[in-house]
Amino acid sequence: MMKQIFLATLIALSLGSVFAKDAAPLADDPVTEQRLISISEEMRCLVCQNESLAGSRSDLANDLRREIRILISEGKSDDQIRSFMVERYGDFVLYRPPVKPVTWLLWIGPFVILGIGIAGLLVYLRRRNSSVPNVVLTDADNQKIDALLNAADKKEG
Amino acid sequence: MKAKFLIPLVLFVGLVVFLAIGLNRDPHEVPSPLINKAAPAFEAPQLAEPNKTFSPESMKGQVWVLNVWASWCVACREEHPVLVELAKSQMAPVIGLDYKDKREDALAMLAKQGNPYVLSAFDGNGRVGIDYGVYGVPETYIIDKAGVIRFKHIGPLTMNLLNQKIYPKLSELKR
Repeated sequence: MMKQIFLATLIALSLGSVFAKDAAPLADDPVTEQRLISISEEMRCLVCQNESLAGSRSDLANDLRREIRILISEGKSDDQIRSFMVERYGDFVLYRPPVKPVTWLLWIGPFVILGIGIAGLLVYLRRRNSSVPNVVLTDADNQKIDALLNAADKKEG
Repeated sequence: MKAKFLIPLVLFVGLVVFLAIGLNRDPHEVPSPLINKAAPAFEAPQLAEPNKTFSPESMKGQVWVLNVWASWCVACREEHPVLVELAKSQMAPVIGLDYKDKREDALAMLAKQGNPYVLSAFDGNGRVGIDYGVYGVPETYIIDKAGVIRFKHIGPLTMNLLNQKIYPKLSELKR
């Protein structure tokens, strides 16, 4: 009995999702919308900085998407739209900031640190290799070693 | 030779210093690309008298302060007394930009808390705000005689900021 009630509830609940409303279309023109998404995915929402402009629900992001739609309908190129945003909000809006003197550290820094690490490792390994003493065993030494090994074997055996 | 053992400690302290600086900086304070650029032109209806408009063009020849505010913005309420103080100092005219607001709410707030603005322009849909790179009200701009933005502050003004940054900047620009 319990199982049947459970199943019925489950079916009823899943029906609910079938009848759920479709998401409202974003714009009449799917081509515009596709371009809007491809541009705004590469941009940071300044209000909630961990979100892209495409994904943010903040008011400002809404306004900016509206603005980008207008720019697209005016026939502006992607680059023109990007510079429209950068003129107002700075390079910070771009998830891929341009390579220029101010951002050199940002782009090259990680590789510089990696280079320093590799160089340090190489220096360390070289030094360690050369510090291992190059000992030449004499016959007397070898006999001593054999004796010790034999003694150990006997003990075990 | 002993000093070698200090290397990890030094690296660790360095890391801690970097992280401490990083944690204490406000990530919302993004340098504005508009500094030292001409203030974007616009023409917007005034808040109190909707049939009149305001344009930054009309402020040419004087140093002025543009303050972006809204009645829904809590931080604006916080900075309001500071703005009243700034207006009282007569250092520069303060123009408001009422950003994405409702007229009656905005007027009610000014009636209640005092009106530091010579006038406020009304930016109901936030289009002017976009041109000024507004992303977190309140924001305050100082614009010089030639109509160039010389200073921008994001977030509420404080008396400290007024005395240490705003007043010196205004007197420097007015010279």
